[in-house]
Amino acid sequence: MSAQSPKLIISTGPFLKRPVDTPKVMRHVLYALAPVVLVALYLFGISALMVLLACTIGAMGTEWIITGRPRWSESTLRDGSALLTAILLALTLPPGLPIWMALMGGIVAVALGKYLFGGLGNNVFNPSLTGRAFLQASFPLALTTWPVHSGLQDFFRLRGDTFALPFMRPEFDAITAATPLAKMKFEGISTQASSLLLGNISGSIGETCALLLLAGGIYLGVRGFIKWRIPVGIFLTVAILATLLHLIDADKYPGPVQHLLCGGLMLGAIYMATDPVTSPVTPRGCWFFAAGIGILVVAIREFGGLPEGVMYSILFMNALSPLIDRWTQPRIYGAVKSKAEAA
Amino acid sequence: MSAKTFRHGVHPPENKGLTEGRLIERIPMPAEVVLPLSQHLGAPSVALVKAGDRVYRGQLIAKAGGFVSVPLHASVTGKVKAIELRHHPSGRMVESIVIATDPSSPQTLHNEEPVDWESMPAEQLLTMVKEGGFVGLGGAAFPTHVKLSVPEGKHVQYFLVNGCECEPYLTTDHRIMLDWADAIFLGIRIIQKLLGAEKTFIGVETNKWDAIRGLQDRVPADLPCELVPLETKYPQGAEKMLVTAVLQREIPSGKLPLDAQVVVQNVGTVAGIGELFSFGQPLIERVITVTGPGIKQPSTLLVPVGTALQEILDYCGGITEDASQILFGGPMMGTPQYDLRVPVTKGVSGIVCLTSKQAAGPRQEYACIRCASCLDACPVFLNPTQLGALARMGRYDEMLENYHLMDCMECGSCSYVCPSNIPLVQRFRVAKGVIREEMARKKNNAA
Ligand code: SF4
Ligand code: SF4
Repeated sequence: MSAQSPKLIISTGPFLKRPVDTPKVMRHVLYALAPVVLVALYLFGISALMVLLACTIGAMGTEWIITGRPRWSESTLRDGSALLTAILLALTLPPGLPIWMALMGGIVAVALGKYLFGGLGNNVFNPSLTGRAFLQASFPLALTTWPVHSGLQDFFRLRGDTFALPFMRPEFDAITAATPLAKMKFEGISTQASSLLLGNISGSIGETCALLLLAGGIYLGVRGFIKWRIPVGIFLTVAILATLLHLIDADKYPGPVQHLLCGGLMLGAIYMATDPVTSPVTPRGCWFFAAGIGILVVAIREFGGLPEGVMYSILFMNALSPLIDRWTQPRIYGAVKSKAEAA
Repeated sequence: MSAKTFRHGVHPPENKGLTEGRLIERIPMPAEVVLPLSQHLGAPSVALVKAGDRVYRGQLIAKAGGFVSVPLHASVTGKVKAIELRHHPSGRMVESIVIATDPSSPQTLHNEEPVDWESMPAEQLLTMVKEGGFVGLGGAAFPTHVKLSVPEGKHVQYFLVNGCECEPYLTTDHRIMLDWADAIFLGIRIIQKLLGAEKTFIGVETNKWDAIRGLQDRVPADLPCELVPLETKYPQGAEKMLVTAVLQREIPSGKLPLDAQVVVQNVGTVAGIGELFSFGQPLIERVITVTGPGIKQPSTLLVPVGTALQEILDYCGGITEDASQILFGGPMMGTPQYDLRVPVTKGVSGIVCLTSKQAAGPRQEYACIRCASCLDACPVFLNPTQLGALARMGRYDEMLENYHLMDCMECGSCSYVCPSNIPLVQRFRVAKGVIREEMARKKNNAA
């Protein structure tokens, strides 16, 4: 027998690998969102389903075409990030949105949000929110038309112009309802915390059930699949600011509970702001990033012209995150005070 | 007692059960030993014998080739067969002294006698260690006497004994702590005197409670020595992490533990020094763990330095059908071997045989998703995300200047956690190599 054994593999260490890979991270975020999707289907029936499907087809189809229509086994679709982008986008949209708009949102999310920058890992802005911002700018009315929810018995009832054709005048006549945020802002009415928690309100597909969003977030944070500092930082900032404002004028400003549970904050803070690619990597950077989002959210909600500011706050901080990273390089182990630091 | 630790790090599966209960077995004398003149960090040793010479077990056969170098002793009694280039665990061919064992010789120690260390001044103790050919047995193989030499103006407050053994699979130090307490305490006594240290701490991970309790119960009443349980976490056994965990102080970047007023030695080295002073045995044999799913009979062995890998594997029943990688050292920082003729050198702490299941070829690499897992793992708080991105673009100078590349201790924690399977530490090693070469070239040009 020759002393040299030909079947031995030569490589360099480490030879062990944590059994977590990028597709698995994406999968777990999807698992965490599954209950939210199920509740949305329960509340909004086929209309929500159509929006979800349209976003998915738009996003995954676009990625498949842009990457040169590879076979499934070689496709980047397998990493799950396009599907996640699609689901997250859909969750920010109103359930009654015409499918062709949702489809476009999915296309834009992947084409402009992701591939314009060079694909996964290189994008500056959260792709889902890029898609959503595009839709908001193009179809402001459709994006703020919130149908009321009902139960499973109405599964097949359309909540809007789901099957409207592109560029047709919408003939939307379903009963619509104001979101709790709009009520809070324009009518000064607070919604009961219990309704907010359980999703007994109108709003986008995925923002209605704060409790499930939070549960999913806790799961992801504990398992280390998301940067936990970001949602924690956002919630803290929003809570502190909202409390301060509330103390100044309780009639004008609702308390922290309303702020935390209303609108897209849960969805945004836990699932969008934590998009790893578009948030800082340094621990201190994550805190700054979160604080920035928190401040902007409260500022837009209370002093801006819009009822909701989560999307713009996150997109704005996305743009800053490379800078934040540069400013917040960790202090290394055993750092000796360099001249630059001393100065 | 609650366990202390450092910040960050990773938790690879420990897999120590395979050999944990195995007592130390002495293997039969091999027919031949190969003693590379370079089995330590620093200058190679210089041979003092020639082919045909008869040598005795424990006899000096090569002297140190400089201050950062160690002498070498025959690990068997026999005849020098040749001094020639042989395969070395580093993958290179290295000048080695090859000794054919004399089967008729009883293989007793050349010069076995107790040492009257109590009357020796510190310098003489240090000289003894130096002449014993000692290097760090935990894996780094750095000459022990160099670490024990306290330069003028420096003061050593504490001596730290490293019993962490944070690499998965390995149980070498664990066994030594269970079985060789007396040698360990003698070694501590001598080193403490030699350094002028106030006190010794023995840091051990809490997956070895039996060793912690066992040693704690046997600390001699007059010896200022304390056991410190440490959280089981990789790389707890790295010098910097150990110092931080035990004393909550940091070793300044680019400096030695001495600059934090401590000296660290592996527990196996300390036991070896205890043996040197109890019966004059230089470093000619060592304990290794032979383990992993790829070996038929996992064992803890006492082997003469220079025994061929093949011989050891045979003694352990050989490797399994699906064995695909044989490492010297643990699976995080060890070096893979492909030639079974290589000898076990002084710094080899164990042999780990992995199967294709663990060591499956290159994994699919995904784009960096900036998840920050690597930042949260890096025990020296570097930014492997950024370093990795720069390495991919070949911007090594920027890695050096802005991202502290040279502080990377190559522990591999970042590669271990990266969900995108990016070979981070592997790329950092390349970058460091390129930078070192460049520096050497510049120095040459200047001279
Ligand atoms: S662990 Fe890997 S994927 Fe995550 S930030 Fe570090 S290099 Fe990128
Ligand atoms: S290999 Fe270097 S960069 Fe990676 S975790 Fe270890 S010290 Fe940090």
